[in-house]
Amino acid sequence: MKFGIVVNEGPYTHQASDSAYQFTKAALEKGHEVFRVFFYHDGVNNGTRLTVPPQDERHIQRNWSSLAEEHNLDLVVCIAAAQRRGILDADEAKRQGKDTDNIAPGFRISGLGQLIEAGIQCDRLVIFGD
Amino acid sequence: MASEADKPEAEGAEGGGAEVTKKFLYVNRKAPYGTIYALESLEVVLIGAAFEQDVSLAFLDDGVYQLTKNQDTKGIGVKNFSPTYKALGDYEVTKLYVEKESLAERGLTEADLMEITYEDEDDDWAEKPSIRVVSREEMAEIMAEQDVILSF
Repeated sequence: MKFGIVVNEGPYTHQASDSAYQFTKAALEKGHEVFRVFFYHDGVNNGTRLTVPPQDERHIQRNWSSLAEEHNLDLVVCIAAAQRRGILDADEAKRQGKDTDNIAPGFRISGLGQLIEAGIQCDRLVIFGD
Repeated sequence: MASEADKPEAEGAEGGGAEVTKKFLYVNRKAPYGTIYALESLEVVLIGAAFEQDVSLAFLDDGVYQLTKNQDTKGIGVKNFSPTYKALGDYEVTKLYVEKESLAERGLTEADLMEITYEDEDDDWAEKPSIRVVSREEMAEIMAEQDVILSF
């Protein structure tokens, strides 16, 4: 089956991102296809490489980045939601005159059209939120 | 609200699936202010309209407050985005289902909601109401008919 995954909450405050990660990992291990993981609302905060959780805790951003590298996953952060919350890639940082970017490895910033496209293309769109 | 990257022509439309039409339902469950879910849901609806899918909106629980008349946000310093719902007809988003029980539980009736209309191109552009008040049972049936449900 072809899945689209949507993550609507940021890391640590809510279970949503952890659950989405576990679901995505399990689906891939069972041989399903994950077309895209789309991060919206505070979910965009999963895509900053500047998080530094305590060493004995799970590293949610790194989990996503590793999964993306391992399975060639498409992790997309909504640009409108990201700009409100200070998640920038190098191009966007330059365009907005900011001194750094913070997008994590394996994530890319794009538009809401990518979410609609996932809805059209996938057999199931699974939403993780509050 | 749309940025360059949101245009379907600029991205994503390739892949051969652009001509598929699916039934999309956006479920709005939260009050318009206090959290950003209602505003960012509306942003998805507006962008999604460009993909020419069969779109419906559902309003239930505190989500029914999103459509109430005379919203005034001056006191909280947040933009009043309620006029945007009235423009949905121009985006060919014409089915706004509101759950009757959710209204009643909050002491609201249809008279407390904004007048939102669209022009029906199949009926000589007659102006028709977009809001359809439905029972909880009917809402469940509407949900069961959908291909894609986005819950906010």
